[in-house]
Amino acid sequence: MMILGDEAIAQAALDAGISGFYAYPGTPSTEIMEYAQASKVAAERNVHRTWSANEKTAVEGALGMSYAGKRSMAMMKHVGLNVAMDPFVNSGVTGANGGCIVTVADDPSMHSSQDEQDSRILAKFALLPILEPSNQQEAYDMVFHGYELSEKYKTPVLMRVTTRLSHSRSGVELRDPIAPNELKLPEDKRQFVLLPALAKKSYRRTLENQKKFMEESENSPWNKYIDGADKSLGIIACGLAFNYLMENFDGVCPYPVVKVCQYPAPKKLIARLASECEKVLVLEEGMPMVEEALRGLLDKDIKVLGRMSGELPRDGELNPNLIAAALGLKETIGKDVPALVAGRPPKLCPGCSHADFYAAYVEAVKDKYGDGHLFGDIGCYTLGALPPFQAVNSCVDMGASITMAKGAADAGMFPACAVIGDSTFTHSGMTGLLDAVIDKANIVVFISDNSTTGMTGGQKSHAEGRLYQIVKGLGVDENHIRVVVPTKANHEEMVKVITEEIEYNGVSVIIPQRECMQTLRRKTKAAKK
Amino acid sequence: MKCDMILAGVGGQGILSIAQIFGYAAVESGLYLKQAEVHGMSQRGGDVQSHFRISDKPIWSDLVPMGKADIIISVEPMESLRYLPWLNPETGWIVTNTNPFINIDNYPNVDELMAELKKQPRCIAIDGDGIAKEVNNARGMNMVIAGAASLFTGLDINVIRKGVEVIFGSKGEEIVKANLAAINAGWEFAEKNSKK
Repeated sequence: MMILGDEAIAQAALDAGISGFYAYPGTPSTEIMEYAQASKVAAERNVHRTWSANEKTAVEGALGMSYAGKRSMAMMKHVGLNVAMDPFVNSGVTGANGGCIVTVADDPSMHSSQDEQDSRILAKFALLPILEPSNQQEAYDMVFHGYELSEKYKTPVLMRVTTRLSHSRSGVELRDPIAPNELKLPEDKRQFVLLPALAKKSYRRTLENQKKFMEESENSPWNKYIDGADKSLGIIACGLAFNYLMENFDGVCPYPVVKVCQYPAPKKLIARLASECEKVLVLEEGMPMVEEALRGLLDKDIKVLGRMSGELPRDGELNPNLIAAALGLKETIGKDVPALVAGRPPKLCPGCSHADFYAAYVEAVKDKYGDGHLFGDIGCYTLGALPPFQAVNSCVDMGASITMAKGAADAGMFPACAVIGDSTFTHSGMTGLLDAVIDKANIVVFISDNSTTGMTGGQKSHAEGRLYQIVKGLGVDENHIRVVVPTKANHEEMVKVITEEIEYNGVSVIIPQRECMQTLRRKTKAAKK
Repeated sequence: MKCDMILAGVGGQGILSIAQIFGYAAVESGLYLKQAEVHGMSQRGGDVQSHFRISDKPIWSDLVPMGKADIIISVEPMESLRYLPWLNPETGWIVTNTNPFINIDNYPNVDELMAELKKQPRCIAIDGDGIAKEVNNARGMNMVIAGAASLFTGLDINVIRKGVEVIFGSKGEEIVKANLAAINAGWEFAEKNSKK
């Protein structure tokens, strides 16, 4: 089967008898859920596979399904794990009942993200075992292993992938499917109760498990010591980095290698490498987690090379050439890019409703009060920060537009505006709007409603058809909830509405509402068929 | 046998359908395959590329190492040049459409761009849109480029043709025929122009 890394994970979960996928869309993790949604087997078995409001509700949903004894998976991008940190970290203490895997797709080099954090570090913090496949076949096989591990130790497991594996296609051989678990509540009915007295016991059990997780890593089929004749250097290659290393040596590395795909990092294998080799080079995608642990606080006894010592860049994703350079191999780079080649940044699609909103905003606010009054959020409309509009002044995290606008208004800034998409609003904007209502903050919130989760490819938005009701329910004065249709023809009307609401002292919500051109095109095409 | 390719274009131009056909042909020929795609923000009119590797031996990296690509296949002329650092400077071919996709203000002067393409030692610059129209397949530019590139992939053109039949089969005989015509026209153009 020729499938993406993401799809291999979804297929494996289905074959391993999963009963529920829980996720919020986020590049590069989105295709896991999309694959499950398109799967006939998932439909026949009635596997849960609808989107969650955000990553926190997704992890909680997956944990609830685990409580009921069934296998579940929560999927998200790396920054989504920040949103889910509360249940994620505490699930390390409650443990699991049915197998529970949290799959997080990191995006080193920020191809489609606002930062490049490393989820392995967060799973270590949550005291969970980690699986990090190096190719599509391993991604498939490791899901089975992950569920076994999860049920054996009653712990959730992190499956960590990065963009290149998520979005790369290769052949995968499938196993015979396993039947789903029967409904079975945890034997200890207080296992999931984190009252201090109970949590202390559970936490100690989690700490005890750490030794067993290390034993599992040391005996894991995914962690290997591969001997080499040249002991002047030993190499630790984690996940995908193993492929880039092998690419440079056509599969036969002259140096001893420890391949690490299951964590905690296998101490005995690494100790052997360090004792046999003069130096140790650490290759890992993301942050230097293994490298830092190896150096320790005092950074002596063994000579460690990697991202921290400059053999590899401190940021950005790895590739075969960076690893060649770290090994002192010959540079193979081709000719330079000719000077006339211009950058081609992404931009709003022709006919996009966000563009018509920005045109009105620029005339009503930016031209009048200057640049600096619009807090942005996460989605296609973040592109309003770039020319031609250059209107957006922040992009921090899901929902931050509203609360940052409120904070700036609290500080006395006028006008203080926020722009947020419909799906982002139901993800994390609603609670912030409630703060603003309670404090009667003088802000104008634009919920640029294109009725979809656009940036990730048009997934269904929780806001669809209920945005007005939600805003009203949160306590915004109906006279100051204004729905407009963002088109060129309605430009003057939009400028007028914005101007009126800027002048109103209190919370205003303006909803420019028109469907995303991409989903509209797809729907029109589907209707023709 | 191995062939490393970079497929290039602008988000929305549909380079992945070329990959789909070559992918079919590679699997049908019993080859290993790895294909890294770009999803997400860049798909909104930004530059996109796909690393596409086929080999009769297992493939390690999902990414083509720089300087090792055998072909750059581009549906847009400026985009073909963006990936020169990946192209093997001694043996690599460029197969590119000559019709610019201009969605930025600072797009280079088109004559200078064509002159830059002419400077490349092994380059098939093909009017993909024009040839597609000639064979009555106005939307078949991709297939013309795929046909032209086929010549350098080491894949059997008949297996590629079969790929077109299988992949477009559900859309009806007309579409299969039109795309086969585009593939053939691209192939013929490349064959004529690669041996001058």
